[in-house]
Formats: sequence, C-alpha cells, structure tokens
Amino acid sequence: MVADDDTSTADDEAEGDATTAEHDAPATRYGGIIDPIGTDVVLHTDVATYSDLAAAAKADGFVQLVDLTAVDYLTYAAPRGLPAGVVAERFEVVTQLRNPDSGERIRIRVQVPADAPAVATLFDLWPGSENLEREVYDMFGIDFVDHPDMSRILMPDDWVGHPLRKDYAVGEIPVQFKAASNIR
Amino acid sequence: MPHLPGLGDTNEIAEHGLGGLEHNFITGNVESLVNWARTRSCWPATFGLACCAIEMMAAGAAHYDLARYGMEVFRASPRQADLMIVAGRVSQKMAPVLRQVYDQMMEPKWVISMGVCASSGGMFNNYAIVQGVDQVVPVDVYAPGCPPGPETLMHAIFTLHEQIHTGELLKRRDETGAGAGLVIEQRDGQTAGLTIGS
Amino acid sequence: MTAERVMRRGDDSAVLRLSEAEASEIGNDPDTMADDERVLLNMGPQHPSTHGVLRLMLEMEGETVVRSKPVVGYLHTGMEKQAEQLSYLQGCTNVTRMDYASPLFTELAFSLATEQLLGLEIPERATWIRMLMCELNRMSSHLLFMATNGMDLGAVSMMIYGWREREEVLRFFEKVTGLRMNHNYIRPGGVAADLPDGWEDEVVRLLDLIPPRLDEYDILLTGQPIWRERLQGVGVMNADEAIALSATGPVLRSTGYPADLRRDQPYLAYDQVEFDVIVGSYGDCYDRYAIRLNEIRESMRIVRQIIDKMPSGDYRVQDKKVTPPPRIRIDQSMEALIHHFKIFTEGYKVPAGETYACVESPRGELGVYLVSDGTSHPYRMHVRGPSFINLQTMPHLMKDGLIADGVAIISSVDPIMGEVDR
Repeated sequence: MVADDDTSTADDEAEGDATTAEHDAPATRYGGIIDPIGTDVVLHTDVATYSDLAAAAKADGFVQLVDLTAVDYLTYAAPRGLPAGVVAERFEVVTQLRNPDSGERIRIRVQVPADAPAVATLFDLWPGSENLEREVYDMFGIDFVDHPDMSRILMPDDWVGHPLRKDYAVGEIPVQFKAASNIR
Repeated sequence: MPHLPGLGDTNEIAEHGLGGLEHNFITGNVESLVNWARTRSCWPATFGLACCAIEMMAAGAAHYDLARYGMEVFRASPRQADLMIVAGRVSQKMAPVLRQVYDQMMEPKWVISMGVCASSGGMFNNYAIVQGVDQVVPVDVYAPGCPPGPETLMHAIFTLHEQIHTGELLKRRDETGAGAGLVIEQRDGQTAGLTIGS
Repeated sequence: MTAERVMRRGDDSAVLRLSEAEASEIGNDPDTMADDERVLLNMGPQHPSTHGVLRLMLEMEGETVVRSKPVVGYLHTGMEKQAEQLSYLQGCTNVTRMDYASPLFTELAFSLATEQLLGLEIPERATWIRMLMCELNRMSSHLLFMATNGMDLGAVSMMIYGWREREEVLRFFEKVTGLRMNHNYIRPGGVAADLPDGWEDEVVRLLDLIPPRLDEYDILLTGQPIWRERLQGVGVMNADEAIALSATGPVLRSTGYPADLRRDQPYLAYDQVEFDVIVGSYGDCYDRYAIRLNEIRESMRIVRQIIDKMPSGDYRVQDKKVTPPPRIRIDQSMEALIHHFKIFTEGYKVPAGETYACVESPRGELGVYLVSDGTSHPYRMHVRGPSFINLQTMPHLMKDGLIADGVAIISSVDPIMGEVDR
C-alpha cells in the first residue's frame, strides 16, 4: 500500500480537533494512515512501508519500543473499522512506541497477509524487540525477516502449530466430573 | 506426638527426653523405627513452579515455620530430597523436566500435588498445561486451592507423614506403582474469592 | 559443523543465540570442543536461584560468563489464548495469575483496558481503593524481592524477615479480598467489595510496623560490607542501553532515568498524591536493591495520603450492564435478577475496537492490549509483561561478569516467571 498522503492529511485535519495538534503533527511525517482513537495515535501501514515508518518514528524521538504483538483477525465478527485506504489482511502486527522525553505514544498497526506472513524485523532499530518478535513468531507464525534468532521462545522447539492463531484449537480436554473414589 | 507402635509412649520422650523413660532402652521393630525416622526428616525438593511456590515458601518462612516438622531444608538437589512438592502449573515444556527431577530422587520418595493446576490443570484447560501432574509422576497427596494456603499445604504434609508412618504408602507403591492419591480438604479460607454483588 | 560455526565465534554480542539442537551437537562431538576453552553451562529450569523456572544457557570462559541466553517458556500457561475463552468479567481471574507477586496490578491494567473500551467512568472511591490496594501490593512485592534477593546472596535471615513482613500485608489483603494471592478484586467497573470496617486502623498498624523493620534491613544489608561487595558494580547498565532494550521499572530507573508511569502519565488518582520517583545512579545490582527498598517507603507515603483522602461513595459503578445489582435488589426485583443472571452467564458486551492500557507495576510498565469484536469475550488480549522484556537485559548485565554474580543479577532483575511465560 502506498501511503496515501491526501488521505492521511485529510484524516489528520478532520480529527485534529479531537486530539492535540502536537500529537498528530510529527506523526504525519512518518507516512502511513493516521487514525486517532481517543488519546492514542494509531498509524496504519503495510509490510512494504513498515520499517521506513518505524525508522522515521525512531529518528523523531520514539526511541523506546514498548510492546510488539500480533492479532489474527480470521474470525473477527465486527467490521474491522480500518480507515479508508488500508487494505485489511488476516494478521496485524501491532507495535507500540514511546517517546520517553515527551511521554507521547504511537501505535503502528501493520497489515500482514496470510499467504506470506513476514515483516521486517525491528531488531536493528530497537534491540528490545528481540524477544517480542520471537514470541509473535512462536504464537502466530509470522516471520521477521533478518531477525538474528528466529526461533520459538515459549513453546518447545518441536511444537507443531502456532497456538494464538484463530484456527488453532484451544486444546481443551473434556472434564468428566465424578466423585473421587478415595476421599477419606 | 502420636503413639508409635512398638515405641512406647512417645509423649514421654517428647516432654522429658529419653531420660524420662523408665527404661533406658526402646523396644520396637526396625520397620517402625525406620518409618518414624523417615517421617521426621522428610526433606522437600525445591520444585517451585508458579503461584503455589510462593505459598510453599511462605509455609517454610517465619510465620508458618515448617522447621517445626524437620522440613525446613528445601534441598536444591533432587538427590538429597525425599519429597517433591509440585507447586504450580506444569506446562508441556516442563513435564519432561519434572519427570527427570523425579527420577533423580532417591527411593523412597513422595509427591504432593499442590494446588488445582498441578492436580487437574485447574482453570487452564488448554494446549499448554498438563491436565494433572499424575500423568507424569505418581501423586500421593492432592492439596486443593488456588493457591492452597500454607495451612492446607501443612495439612497435606501431615497426611503424608501419617501415610509414611504406617508404611501404607510403600506397600501400595510396590503393588501398583501408583501413589496414594489422597485428596485432602482445604484448611484455610482460600476456597474462593468474594462473590461480586453479595 | 565446527564449534567455530556453531558458536558463531566473532559474534561479540552478549546474547548467546544457540538452539537446543546446536547446543547438544557441540556436546555430542568431542572434537568440536576439544581445544576450546569455552564451555556451555546449563542453569535451570530447576534451580534454587532462578526464581521459578528460568533457564540460562551460559557460555563460560573459566568463571567468566561470555554470552548467555535466557530460555523461557517452562511456565507457558496459554493465558492469552485462555482469555479469549473467558468473558470480560472472568478475565481478571485469568490475568491475576500472571504476576503472582503483584496480582492486583495485572487486574488493574486489564480492568482499565476494558473500561476504556466500554467508555466507563468509575466512582472516585473505587479509584482510591484501587490505589490503596496497589500500593500495598507494591510493598508486598518489594518485600518478597527483599526476601529472595537476600536468599539468593546467602543472607538467609533476610529471607525470613522479608516473608515475615509480607505476611502482615497479606493478612490485610485476606481481610479485604478473601484471598492471600490471586485476588480477583479489581474488576472492570470498580472493585469486588468495599473495604471492611476498621480498615484504616489495620493499614495504620501496618504503616507503623514496617518502617522500623525496613531500618532493620538497612542495618542488616544496606551498609554491610559483604552485601555492598556482592552488589556494587555488578551487572552495570546505562540508560541508553536500558531504553534500547525496552527495559522499564527499577531496571531502567537504576540507570538514573526517572521513568515512572505514575508520574509520567498519571492513571487512577496518582496526580493527587505526592511521591518521589526513586532513581539510582550507577545502574548496578545495588541500585536496583536500594530503589526497591526505598520504593517501599514511598509507597507507604502514598498510602498515608490515601487514608486521609479516601472519599466516600460507591466502590463500583452502578451500571446494570456491567456490574451486578446489589444482593438485596435481587430479592426485590425481577429485573435485577435477570441482570444478575445475564452478567454471570453470558457476560456484558464490549464495543468493538482496540485499546492499550498500562500501569506501573513493581517490575515496570505492565500493559494490556485488548481487541474486542463487540462480543462478551475479548477477541485478543495481550499482556506486556515487564518481566518478559526486562529479561532481555540479563545477558548484557551478565556479560564478562563472574557466574556467582549471575545469581545476583537474576535476582536483581526480579523476573516473575508467571508473567514472563504467561
């Protein structure tokens, strides 16, 4: 997806009153489509522009990567509610960044297609993303290209499947309630 | 202190020491003496996993003081331990480790399954958790609660002590290879939280 | 495959990126390690100093740790998957079992996230009760740290003392929530029950009891030469490194960086109480110890202010869609009974959307990312566990240190494995 500049600025001006102007002003420079939810600034992007956007955000002072996770939207019941111009995909990698000086936070939501679940790693920008990206790989099977150690972190190495995908069963074992035979 | 078969009145020993005995020798059979000794120095292995481990440590610390029962030495090495307290949820990744630690312990050895997660998987009925540690090791006493308070753990330990003392446990192990599988009742108020709106 | 390749010689980073299979390959082939002075050492997951089930793969050169790799997942409980099966009301039962040393904080973060999605304003008294309980929990969590930190370094009396004081705090918790741990007390919409009568006296008793005990710790540890020798200059990190590794909480603050969400983006009513953010200056294990010790004192300062300012009012929002009606109403009104039934069977529906809420837990920034699709169960719940992320600093703190100091470092990062593995 090409960051549609017209849309993003239009969005920005339309929503500008809702949040403070300083919140939106720097974010527009990173590309992507801005969608302020309450006080949260959310940037939508796709796999191609993700690392550029992240690099621009880091250069702008968002030096702390707070969180990185993913969502599998396979069985999402409600409309996705994505802003115009964003092509919805099955997976979304969600990265939270924080500017420790100003306390500002932005959230980057990357649309990751199901047939090629891979995005660029943020390891070079934020070494702190290492474990988080491994967790997403383990739980969702999303590959982080050029990650130094793309391996499972929580599940055993030989585990089959990615548990947090929506088509992975919970693995519930039916419980037969019966009286214990040897209660004294 | 209970009355030990073949050991005479043990209360007398407890109160006055051996000097309080009318005779300066004790009669009894070797088995009951051995069982008595096993009961009185039952050293647990440190096998803390999750929330229950905190309560297990609390049971060993100042207020509940397991040292009163000769149990304060939580051995770091399974080779030196008699009792494994499985304190917490056992994941699929941990299960082989648990079994290995159990295998490294010297016979005779006992297992307490502490808390509902270890006993049955508890509220985590999913892909990650072993639904009951008895699938991995033979369990002698199940302590309920989430987590069981130190009182409940101590109740479980006493129940086990009683079983060790009577020698019941080892007989069963010889016959079936299984643990005693005793379910105790909970001894503290930790059964459930507050009901909202009550 | 040669040891050179397997061990990635020339890679001078602190993190050992070696898989299980590669590690055993080295072990199985005597040639690869024959003329090598480095050995791979396994520590954990069953080890008395690894705070539960942490496992470390250490590359040693003599007594010195060259590279290391924390191996986690031994307590993976699938809580994020489980959360998708539980309603929002049941959600707190699940999350409270993550960080079992400070369960109330995870409940709080989850409740805040749910309330953000619901657009719910909670009563003032509920806010202050939450603050009171959280600060007491911060104290009990740090007291637990004092105990385990002492134990790990061989100060066994400290362990007994730490537990003794923690027990006092837990007694108050049991009185308020009914449980010593895993309270499920803070819930979306407020808290589960009002504080019991006479709670002020109980809390004041605690506040009188603990300061002299903390002074005792000072005598026992803070100024003691052995303690200082073991901790000062061990596991050093600077602020830039800590931020690059996303560390938060005492690990970040020990580097002199004053980051505390209670002050930086006040949630609850933290903007109405006075407290200091404790920072260190050297970023070593001693600073991390001292920060936690003094944070207990700061928490007590906050608790004193809370006692004075505790407003009266409702302890949970009276919104029949979110919280059940009072027990007495169920006997009087059919509608109340229906609401009660619906809340506990199908739960309440939460508008579709996504949100992130974070609080300052004793270990750092604890965040909950919640995605709702308009049903009564979260579509996705992710917890940013501060322990999980702080764990990444461990190889860097351990690099070129002695293995005996490794124990001090594990202890001072204070990971709670339930939160790491979730």
